[in-house]
Amino acid sequence: METLETYRRLYENYREVLRAGSAPLMDACRDQAAACWLQAGFPSTKSESYRHCDLKEALSIDYGMNLYRLGVPAHPGDVFRCDVPTLSTQLFFIVNDLYYPGKQPVQLPEGVLCGSLTTLMREHAGRLRPYYDQLRCQGTDAMAAMNTAFCQDGFLLFVPRGVVVDKPIQLIQMFQGEIDIMATRRLLVVLEEGASATLIVCDHAISQSRYFSNQVAEIYVGKNAGLSYYEMEMTHDRTCRVANTFIRQDEGARFVTQQSGLENGLTRNNLSLTFVGRHASASLSGLTLVSRRQKTDNHVLVDHAAPDCQSDQLYKYVLDDEARAVFGGRVLVRPDAQRTQASQLSAGLCNTDKVSMLAQPQLEIYADDVKCGHGSATGQIDENALFYMRQRGLSEEEARMFLKYAFASQVIDRIELEPLKDRMRMLVGKRFRGELAKCIDCKICP
Amino acid sequence: MLLEIKNLHANIGDKEILKGIDLKINEGEIHAIMGPNGSGKSTLSAVLTGNPAYTVTRGEVYFKGKNLLEMPPEIRSREGLFLSFQYPVEIPGVSMVNFMRAAVNEHRSYRGEKALNASEFLKLMREKRALVEMDNKLANRSVNEGFSGGEKKRNEIFQMAMLDPVLSILDETDSGLDIDALRIVAEGVNRIHTPQKACVVITHYQRLLDYIRPDIVHVLYQGRIVKTDDFSLAVRLEKEGYDWIKQELGE
Repeated sequence: METLETYRRLYENYREVLRAGSAPLMDACRDQAAACWLQAGFPSTKSESYRHCDLKEALSIDYGMNLYRLGVPAHPGDVFRCDVPTLSTQLFFIVNDLYYPGKQPVQLPEGVLCGSLTTLMREHAGRLRPYYDQLRCQGTDAMAAMNTAFCQDGFLLFVPRGVVVDKPIQLIQMFQGEIDIMATRRLLVVLEEGASATLIVCDHAISQSRYFSNQVAEIYVGKNAGLSYYEMEMTHDRTCRVANTFIRQDEGARFVTQQSGLENGLTRNNLSLTFVGRHASASLSGLTLVSRRQKTDNHVLVDHAAPDCQSDQLYKYVLDDEARAVFGGRVLVRPDAQRTQASQLSAGLCNTDKVSMLAQPQLEIYADDVKCGHGSATGQIDENALFYMRQRGLSEEEARMFLKYAFASQVIDRIELEPLKDRMRMLVGKRFRGELAKCIDCKICP
Repeated sequence: MLLEIKNLHANIGDKEILKGIDLKINEGEIHAIMGPNGSGKSTLSAVLTGNPAYTVTRGEVYFKGKNLLEMPPEIRSREGLFLSFQYPVEIPGVSMVNFMRAAVNEHRSYRGEKALNASEFLKLMREKRALVEMDNKLANRSVNEGFSGGEKKRNEIFQMAMLDPVLSILDETDSGLDIDALRIVAEGVNRIHTPQKACVVITHYQRLLDYIRPDIVHVLYQGRIVKTDDFSLAVRLEKEGYDWIKQELGE
């Protein structure tokens, strides 16, 4: 309560600063969102949705917010060495919540808007008005509402009708700075009819302070458009991330997403997808690797509000040490959504008896002509497989690594971008060998 | 002597399965172990290879003069002990190639040899695959995943050829094999065999022993070796079953 009061005062006292730093369209949504957020308060473990995700400690920290939009001393491109070198991407940066263009010239097809959300919303208010905050405001998450209240900039990708963006676009979001920081991160992705694009968003932390990322992504995949959206978190134990991702798919739209968490502190991912047109499809997957006292809580809602759509979820978790994870997956098939095909699978691999994995699959089906299935499994490494491999001469440690990797690879295989898939395999291998955390600590290769 | 088992007792949970096994195996020998279901044949192979599901309660085992029971399973393997599993385990997501490369290189590193590079390794794979007429496609798949019963057994012998063990235990390698596959697998085993190596064949049937001719045949019954003889013992068991042995034991 005290914390909420602090942020309320912050909001009220800096209301004018927030306005000055953002686009009018952005500012127009602010007060109403703030009212929602303040009325609901911060999510607490008393609410069903956040019952297993306690943000209290993370929110109690006295973070700095960059309300005056002060720049960082060096260009992020000089500080950050891209971890996906084989991948040729069009690069953009967010440092804390400040936008920076990449260093190489932007080479995107004509008509594509890509870059600072505020700048582009000032220039193209008419085009973006139907999209900004429209999905967020239908949701009920207080953190997402708080995001709208404090948002001053973010990243926009707008691909006009029929335009195909071949080159993957990569957004590197990093935390940097010696003070504890709360960042309000915002993404808006709009693909008009028949457009297609691939967007990769990576979260990093390159200094050791405490960080809080409050992120909202709104994604519109238009009629017969196709979007691949990959998110990877590689931060550290002192980071808290709350991310709300909203997706709306029109008729025939194709959406592929994978959310991978390789290193983190406390992470809450809410993903909410709605099919509003027929014959759309979505492939949703997630790979969460948690160890030490890390925690990840993934909540997925797939709303089949139109007939003939297909959704497919695969979420896997590998838990070590004292890590905790939650999968909440809800599939809602509305009364008219006939011929829906929906599947959901979640699996957790628990490597110690101190980890905790909670899976809550929920299917709500109100149509009769549907094919829906779900499965959930939580268990340990197969002792028979372990012995089999040791009998062939592999050490127990190596055999375990092979088996964990095999467990994870089913998810990695869903990545449709080959170089990214290769890179993920490499990173996951490194992660299991404990080399990734070492890397982060040494600060040389983030 | 390659292997010496002295008064070996072993349990699974609280249940005693092996009740005092004595067995000596010399270089160059092929031993067959037969016996009715539940007599402890598979337990013996599991205990020798260090399966953690079993506990040794008494006795000693020496392999090449070293105390085998003190070694973890992977060291037993690297010392040259191989088990062809009765039920080979499917390991989805782990490719045969990566698995075998890791295994071969662990063995090499244990012997102080340098790791094989990719092309040397693939050459070795090709060579050994030919030995059991194993399809290249199988070698590129996940370990045993979706393999037929026969393919799994063939894959066991392929791995045996890759690792070139001193002592191989074949646990019912003949079960699930058709006649052609049985011949191929047996020929593979025979080609790997040398006067420096030994082999233990666990089976219910004389059929496999016609191909892999044992020097010595043992009958394991109720956790003990109750009879040991030459090949003629296998022939008599095939013909008459185990009743006469039980009678000899006064049952």
